[in-house]
Amino acid sequence: MRGLFGEIYHKGNAMKFGYYPGCALHGSSNDYEDSLRAVLKRLDVQMEELDDWLCCGATAAHALNYQLSVALPTRNLAIAERDGYGEVLAPCPLCSMELIKSKKKLSESKELRAKMSEIVELSVTGSTEILNLIQLFHEIGMEQILAKATGKLESLRPACYYGCLMTRPGKLLDFDDAEQPSSMDKMVEALGAVPVEWNCKTECCGAGTTMSDPDTVLELARRILQNAVDHGANCIVVACPMCHVNLDMKQSAVNERYGTDFAVPIYYLSDLIGLSMDIGRKELALDRHFVKVP
Amino acid sequence: MAGIGVFICWCGENIARTVDVKKVAEEIGKLPGVTVAMEYKYMCSDPGQTLIRNHIRDDKLEGVVVASCSPHMHLRTFRAAAAREGLNPYKVEMANIREHCSWVHQDKERATAKAIELIAMSVAKVSKDKPLDAIKIPVTRRAMVIGGGVAGIQAALDMADGGIEVILVEREPSIGGKMAGLSETFPTLDCSQCILTPRMVDAGQHPKIKLYTWSEVEEVNGFVGNFEVKIRKKARYVDTTKCTGCGNCWNSCPQKKIPSEFDYATGNRTAIYIPFPQAVPARPVIDAEHCLKLTKGRCGICEKKCAAGAIHYDDQDEFVTEKVGAIVVSTGYQLYNFRAPETEKTKGYGEYGYGRFKDVIDSLQFERIVSASGPTSGEIRRPSDGKEPKTVVFISCVGSRDNNKGMAYCSKICCMYNAKHTMLYKHKVHDGEAHVFYMDIRSGGKNYDEFVRRAIEQDGALYHRGRVSKITEEGGKLIVRGVDTLAGKPVTVEADLVVLAAAMVPSKGAEQLAQKLSVGYDQYGFLSESHPKLRPVETNSAGVFVAGACQAPKDIPESVAQASAAAGKVLGMLSKEELTREPEIAHIDEKNCAACFACYRTCPYNAIEKAEVRDRRGNFIKMTARVNPGLCMGCGTCVAVCPSKSADIEGFTDEQIYAQIETLL
Repeated sequence: MRGLFGEIYHKGNAMKFGYYPGCALHGSSNDYEDSLRAVLKRLDVQMEELDDWLCCGATAAHALNYQLSVALPTRNLAIAERDGYGEVLAPCPLCSMELIKSKKKLSESKELRAKMSEIVELSVTGSTEILNLIQLFHEIGMEQILAKATGKLESLRPACYYGCLMTRPGKLLDFDDAEQPSSMDKMVEALGAVPVEWNCKTECCGAGTTMSDPDTVLELARRILQNAVDHGANCIVVACPMCHVNLDMKQSAVNERYGTDFAVPIYYLSDLIGLSMDIGRKELALDRHFVKVP
Repeated sequence: MAGIGVFICWCGENIARTVDVKKVAEEIGKLPGVTVAMEYKYMCSDPGQTLIRNHIRDDKLEGVVVASCSPHMHLRTFRAAAAREGLNPYKVEMANIREHCSWVHQDKERATAKAIELIAMSVAKVSKDKPLDAIKIPVTRRAMVIGGGVAGIQAALDMADGGIEVILVEREPSIGGKMAGLSETFPTLDCSQCILTPRMVDAGQHPKIKLYTWSEVEEVNGFVGNFEVKIRKKARYVDTTKCTGCGNCWNSCPQKKIPSEFDYATGNRTAIYIPFPQAVPARPVIDAEHCLKLTKGRCGICEKKCAAGAIHYDDQDEFVTEKVGAIVVSTGYQLYNFRAPETEKTKGYGEYGYGRFKDVIDSLQFERIVSASGPTSGEIRRPSDGKEPKTVVFISCVGSRDNNKGMAYCSKICCMYNAKHTMLYKHKVHDGEAHVFYMDIRSGGKNYDEFVRRAIEQDGALYHRGRVSKITEEGGKLIVRGVDTLAGKPVTVEADLVVLAAAMVPSKGAEQLAQKLSVGYDQYGFLSESHPKLRPVETNSAGVFVAGACQAPKDIPESVAQASAAAGKVLGMLSKEELTREPEIAHIDEKNCAACFACYRTCPYNAIEKAEVRDRRGNFIKMTARVNPGLCMGCGTCVAVCPSKSADIEGFTDEQIYAQIETLL
């Protein structure tokens, strides 16, 4: 289902999406934002940052205060509605899930809509469509993307890593098989790469425990890296900032801890699309990845 | 109408506790037309019925109202009692003061007032009742069975032995169904084919059974006692009257690598084939999709090899129509497809890797692998490399009892066949490990729980209570990650073979067939019986019966029992020269009918016909809608849609309903 504004944008030549960066894309994962901006610019897609957005609540809010955990994403949804964005891109899957969860709750209860409108001081209906990175490129369309491509990524054997959040919970998200997703594989295949069949597509990378439980993160990251390599991958593609941190930034720590010698480049999905269009490495911020990208 | 008797039942305490029956009798007695109003403790008892009969006789009653329970319960009882006293049974009405009143209220005063109103309504209705006669319908004393699995075979044999002619229709090339492909059966471990194939032969050779294999029901017309069923005999390309079943054709067919449907793709077959050696009839069919002659116009070897000249490449589908009085549906089941479907994103079990990992198979595939007649001749070999698996994991409830991904119901037989599978495996691979992941063990049935205990205690099957979250493949092993919730620990098994006990779902096309037969079905497509307890083999479409797993998941003994029950019902029905039906069906005032045919289009039972009204000389006057009394189920949809108010239900006329409403105003 597309929102009213979504349809209007589709009729025009230039596509326009609202953009909810969340804390990651403005902070630790600003390489992700650069990559995304570079690709969308090349595709003539406008991405406009929501005015005065605030934290989605992430893992903290729902553990502490239910009302807050709904109100935080709701405020962002309300801003999108106020400013007329039918579709909002939330490139971090945790953000998109929090937004979608609140959207669903709002759409189911008139009472909640009234209450939340009062709390966030903006009227809100929950009509905004939330897109993750994969859905964004789906929306733009592979044809559009391939039309701008200058070459094929034939040397790449990526392991497509969806992580734990992207496809779950299956009942809430309606875009891919929750346990055996394939949407990203199909995209990179269209770009000319040969995605490998592997076992950790939806395993957990440790996500938000990077600070609190680094040992677990290292172990989980090792398993994912090992499995990808064992199945013939020469890189991993992600669409989540936390996945990138745990596999890219932590890769040297994994090597140190386990005596391994992984040198697996970790790409964002937007990086591969950018590379296929011959966008420069610097523009895609590939030079700011921790593991060297060839 | 004068001479109405009202009989108010206490139903022991059920009614009398909440409704002041004495007061009710007193008040009802004051109504105009009521000559008798009395209460009694159990009106349905023998003395109760005698009381009613005595009053009918002595007071010359012309109408009777029994105020008691639901008419579903006792309307027939009281009508029969009245009929024995010479009163037209359709002049007996009931007022439901139990389910509709005493059981759902607590305030005695208000419940009593409501009971009085309910009874007054029935008095108003009975006063406008007209005597009706039961409808008599001639009967074709033949029956059809749709689906030739074990249930269909049993039903056909029972009916044929009972003396009526049976048409058995099966869409596969042979009868036998799922049971023909099973290895051994629980809880006795006797060989499935050994017990089934003699019955298949009996059915094939029975003088009273006419087999249509490789055939499907195309169209069903008519009504109870008088069905006309159009059958599509699919092109077989083999003349079964000339063919001797020698096997020269299939032994010489060069197309040898076609996945066998009978083996669930664990083995291969040829393009001209019989599904299995004991097939009935033992006559091959040509698979038009794979035959080189039919697809590319070359080859033709089977024709050359056939000494009987039975091969006809120009064969076409044929249609035949059979007239029968009753139909037994026994279309069986198939397994839920847990391979993640492309379209339904939330369904499927992508995490189990069925379709990706060759050594993840379903239970019916495992049956073929264990079966002596299977592709490995009963040696347990896994599909990927033909090696003997040393560790096998059986997963229960894949698709069953799973609201998120599959079906909410329990498939009932999987616990038993899982135990059986572990035993069959351990009996052949003595040093092997058999693991079972289960939610609960449901083994109700004669000698069933003992059987499961034997699998665990004597044959050493390892049972883990918990689900499996994921299966991956590492170095030629299937890594099965699950949990044992009794031990409270995650369990990882490195398996060589994984067998998924998938949910039983109705076989493909069951819903379309149900629609042709006007039989109801539930959200999963299982056919609906008429009453879950008291009419378990009847359906709400008169003359259509159900047997076996098309109605709900069932094992073999239950399917056979239900098939025999259905056969008994059919024999009972067809033992009469003509059928009687309740006359409370729609009637169309043909003089008034404007022939708009709104009723024709809305009737769920196709009971409305377009008819011509002609004068005595045979001159056409007008068109009219007409009710076929054999088909009409008296639902009243036509009454609701008729713009000219020409349709009415006998015994439930508009006049009667308005009279009832008026008593409340």
